[in-house]
Amino acid sequence: MREALDQWTFVVAAYAVTIAATLALVAWSWLEMRLAERRRDEGRKR
Amino acid sequence: MHGFANPARFLRIARWLTPALLLSGLVMAGAALAWGLTGLPAERLQGDTVRIVLVHVPTAWLGMAGWSVIAGASLVELVWRHPLAAIAARAAAAPGAVFAALCLASGSLWGRPAWGTWWVWDGRLTSMLVLLFLYFAYMALAGAVDREGGSTRIPAIFGLVGAINIPIIHYSVIWWNSLHQAPSLSMGSSAMAAAFLVPLTAATVGFSLLFGGVVLARMRAILAGVQAEARLRRRALEA
Repeated sequence: MREALDQWTFVVAAYAVTIAATLALVAWSWLEMRLAERRRDEGRKR
Repeated sequence: MHGFANPARFLRIARWLTPALLLSGLVMAGAALAWGLTGLPAERLQGDTVRIVLVHVPTAWLGMAGWSVIAGASLVELVWRHPLAAIAARAAAAPGAVFAALCLASGSLWGRPAWGTWWVWDGRLTSMLVLLFLYFAYMALAGAVDREGGSTRIPAIFGLVGAINIPIIHYSVIWWNSLHQAPSLSMGSSAMAAAFLVPLTAATVGFSLLFGGVVLARMRAILAGVQAEARLRRRALEA
C-alpha cells in the first residue's frame, strides 16, 4: 500500500531549515566581524 | 585586480558593500521565498513539492560557487601571493559548507515525496556529499595551518585539487544513470516554465547577494584579527 505523504510538510520543512540556517550564518558572520573590528580598534587606541 | 589586493582599499569598499549586499540579499531572497510559498502554482507531476526548487537550486549553486571561490583565490594566492587571496579562500569555506549542507537537506526533503526515498548513492548526491566533506577537510587544514604556523600554500593546493569535484557534480547526471533529473537550465536555454523561472532567478540572485555579504563580513573579521595580531607583535618587539 502506498503511504500518503503531505507534500506541504516537506515544503515547509525545506524552507524552514534553509531560512533558519541562512539567518544564523548571516548573524554569526556579522557579529564575528563586529567583534573582531572592535577588538582591533580598541588595540589601536591603547 | 592587483589594486583590490591592498587591504586598506579593500576595507574602504567592503565597509559599505557588506551591509548593502546583506540587506539587498535578505529582501530579494525573502521576497522570492514568500512568492514560492504563496504565489507559485503546483506542478502537474510533482505537485506542491516543486516549491522546494526555490531553496534547493540556489543552495546547490552556492555550495559549488563557494568551492570555486576557494579554488580561484587559491590560484591567485599561489601565483601572485596576494595577501587577501588566502583570507578570501578561508572566508568562503564556512558559507560554502553551510549551503552544500542545505542543498543536501533540501534535496533529501524533496526526494522523500518525489522519489520515495531520502537518499540514494547516485552520482549527483554522492559527489555533493563529497563536496561537503572537502569543505570540512579544507576548514580543518586551514585552521591547523593558521594555529600551528605552517605554510599557507598547503590549503591553497588542497583548494585547487578539490576543484576537480565541481565538474564531476555538474556532469554527474549526464555521465551516470541517476534518479536526479538532468539540468533544466543551461547557458542560453531553459526547460522551465516562466512561472518557476522568474522566482527561481530572484531566489538565486538573492541568496548569491547574501553569500557575497557573508564572505565580505568573514574577510573583514579575519583581516581585523590579522591586523590586531600584527600590532601586538610590533609592540612586543619594540618593548
